[in-house]
Amino acid sequence: MSTPPTVKQLDRVVIRFAGDSGDGMQLTGDRFTAETAGFGNDLSTLPNFPAEIRAPAGTLPGVSSFQLHFADHDILTPGDAPDILVAMNPAALRANLADLPRGAEIIVNTDEFSRRALAKVGWSASPLDDGTLEAYRVHPVALTTLTAEALKDSGLTRKDAERAKNMFALGLLSWMYHRPTEGTERFLRTKFARRPELAEANVTAFRAGWNYGETTESFAVSYEVAPAERAFAPGRHRNISGNLALSLGLVAAAERASLPLFLGSYPITPASDILHELSKHKNFGVRTFQAEDEIAGIGAALGAAFGGALGVTTTSGPGVALKSETIGLAVSLELPLLVVDIQRGGPSTGLPTKTEQADLLQAMFGRNGEAPVPVLAPATPADCFTAALDAARIALTYRTPVFLLSDGYLANGSEPWRIPDVAELPDLRVEFATAPNRPDGSFWPYQRDPETLARPWAVPGTPGLEHRIGGIEKQDGTGNISYDPANHDHMVRLRQAKVDGIAVPDLEVDDPSGDARLLVLGWGSTYGPIAAAVSEVRAAGGRVATAHLRHLNPFPANLGAALRRYDRVLVPEMNLGQLALLLRARFLVDVRSHTQVSGMPFKAAQLAAVIEENAKNTEATGAH
Amino acid sequence: MPTDIALTPKDFKSDQEVRWCPGCGDYAILAAVQGFMPELGIARENIVFVSGIGCSSRFPYYMNTYGMHSVHGRAPAIATGLACARPDLSVWVVTGDGDALSIGGNHLIHALRRNVNLKILLFNNEIYGLTKGQYSPTSERGKITRSTPMGSLDEPFRPLSLAIGAEASFVARTIDSDRGHLTDVLRQAAAHQGTALVEIYQNCNIFNDGAFDTLKNPATRDDALLRLEHGRPYRLAPDAEEIVHDVEDPDPTAAFTLSRLRHPTPIGVLRSVRRPAYDQLMNRQTAGAVAERGPGDLAALLAGTDSWTVRG
Repeated sequence: MSTPPTVKQLDRVVIRFAGDSGDGMQLTGDRFTAETAGFGNDLSTLPNFPAEIRAPAGTLPGVSSFQLHFADHDILTPGDAPDILVAMNPAALRANLADLPRGAEIIVNTDEFSRRALAKVGWSASPLDDGTLEAYRVHPVALTTLTAEALKDSGLTRKDAERAKNMFALGLLSWMYHRPTEGTERFLRTKFARRPELAEANVTAFRAGWNYGETTESFAVSYEVAPAERAFAPGRHRNISGNLALSLGLVAAAERASLPLFLGSYPITPASDILHELSKHKNFGVRTFQAEDEIAGIGAALGAAFGGALGVTTTSGPGVALKSETIGLAVSLELPLLVVDIQRGGPSTGLPTKTEQADLLQAMFGRNGEAPVPVLAPATPADCFTAALDAARIALTYRTPVFLLSDGYLANGSEPWRIPDVAELPDLRVEFATAPNRPDGSFWPYQRDPETLARPWAVPGTPGLEHRIGGIEKQDGTGNISYDPANHDHMVRLRQAKVDGIAVPDLEVDDPSGDARLLVLGWGSTYGPIAAAVSEVRAAGGRVATAHLRHLNPFPANLGAALRRYDRVLVPEMNLGQLALLLRARFLVDVRSHTQVSGMPFKAAQLAAVIEENAKNTEATGAH
Repeated sequence: MPTDIALTPKDFKSDQEVRWCPGCGDYAILAAVQGFMPELGIARENIVFVSGIGCSSRFPYYMNTYGMHSVHGRAPAIATGLACARPDLSVWVVTGDGDALSIGGNHLIHALRRNVNLKILLFNNEIYGLTKGQYSPTSERGKITRSTPMGSLDEPFRPLSLAIGAEASFVARTIDSDRGHLTDVLRQAAAHQGTALVEIYQNCNIFNDGAFDTLKNPATRDDALLRLEHGRPYRLAPDAEEIVHDVEDPDPTAAFTLSRLRHPTPIGVLRSVRRPAYDQLMNRQTAGAVAERGPGDLAALLAGTDSWTVRG
């Protein structure tokens, strides 16, 4: 027997699993994440996969990966670069090699490094032998053979047995990082409940991977990352992805509003998981309608809203383009409606599985006529829950369609979430109109609440309030068709005033030194990378203030003043400067834009360099 | 839903001035619908008219019920959401040949195949009226209009063939000026469970006047029309064999054959088969989920199955 392996303590680790689209890398990553969450580390994940379901095997476009950052302290991003890469084939190695810092560890499945497989990715010689990997610590493991060997008595064909190699890899990594294993074994037995032989095979492969780490000498070191006790508020926690958090937020909003939830949706990446999730919760009175197209999805949601439901439609950028006319109708009808846009790379089909923030201007202005719509954006995966409730509050209070702008990074990424008590969620109950609102006993569908400017929500079935609404301009108050020029001018301004008057909390600026001259302002999913970058800059002695916008329309009332307090405002965005454009137009402030449109989130270190340079330049120029 | 309150046609007239061209066939349809509504025995507040865009789509403004004048072609989609969320309502869609068959063709066929509880009144005047006289998807080939000065090139849809092809459970045709027939067809449509499509030949006296004159003129109409009645025999041609009309025939072949016929032109109900309505099925699933799992427990849903506790 060999000497027991050394155990090293680490404060944080970034792992990336990479393989073919069919290798089960997302599942492997999900399981490692679940083990890590249960263990009590803080974590953040970044799944990255091609739009094709099964791109040709062994090719670069077919590589699917899952990155996980976990730590013994509070972390904000899935990590810039992996400390360890698991590469299931040459394509996975080649596609990810450039992201690895010197000294990173690589576990390679040597079984897949045939001459033919190497040729598929343009390698004439094996990188395992020719010095390509000199800068890294490489662990060559015959994952496929070892898995097949472990399952030789399972009764499975060799081909079926080899499919469990991802569980062998998971077992090995679980050993390396001292992860708990019971959850994964339980998960496998539940997942394959109807195929017990597959459940056993996967559990066997998982254990074989663990034992391989324990018994062979190839792995001299294993690592411990202590639980991140101080990163979490006391209470119950779970790990949650953005799309799941958003779905639960919608169910919670409907419950807190005592309204049935109606989702009208057409499948589109990366929003479809919300449709899948909500369709599981029919016992909450949730109705999900998979429509014939995007337009019917929002149409049905609007029809349901007219009938008194919390109407929601979920989509991505191309779907928003199709829904625009109906969003305009909802603006004119002044009915509550949630439009959830999980942004992805564009234009057109663009990059369906990659992230981007380039629908902001579409959400703001992508309609005919003056058609103001409130817009808000979640900052992290777990924050999608709160943002959904907030969007519902605005829609229900002000009787307006509302845009909720998530994105692919938030949708598929995950992090721990403190599970809220139901009682601490906002009360969203609404009052339907039940009686005539005019002295003469008649009902005016556009008689407004003087404070919110919202009109009454009078649902069919209410006697005495029969009324007709439509997309033609109507007279304020009566709601009757009106082509009167003065009335149209009044209505256009009134709809704008209603949205401008929405109550949104003030912007909170984080400026610990109190004398920063640079403000870094973000919105949406850039929260994590910006916060991580700012904290790096501050740790190096830089002075920088930061703030994050939840509300893009209307902006917080103190935003203009906050911008003007700083000599320079830097706005990092995953588009070509859409928020910067709005800020410049609205506040005449010379905002600096820093943009990246690669389909991937910002890396904290790169952003830190940009912030640092801006901080230095600001300090070097002029006085306050 | 039936009400004891005796309503009259007048109760269904809104206070809005009707603004169709004088002589438009829509007036006759409006009067027939308002005249028929009291018969339904449904309180006004439980009736909703949803329309798209076009001359016919102004219809909801003139009905003293709930109503929505929506987006071009999208009324069936909006009405589907309403009917699913509120199966207690009687939901009617008013549309035209351009609205239903051109810009909104997709929503129409999907509403029909789903069998949502909607009554769709398709005013077919074979022309675009509101945009001032372009040919429509039901205009005959070679139609000379403002957009087709040398004649239109495309083959028209036959709305009832399309509907039967789209798995419609109820398909009928009637004529604006024949109040008795129109009312009788409305009655059967209203009684139908699921989507009922009623094509109403409607005269546009401005842009396509006289399109249906042969079917209306007392001198020609008896030869030009084939009046269908369930259980009564008909002939496809004067010397053809007698066929007993069966609207409930599960095989759509006979109904489809009738939908292709032009001389004579069949009117009445072509097809009326029983099939569960989509909104009922949807609400049955919701009720079934509650019965099976109990009403939703939000705290349990938020907690999930894989959580851990952090102590302060």
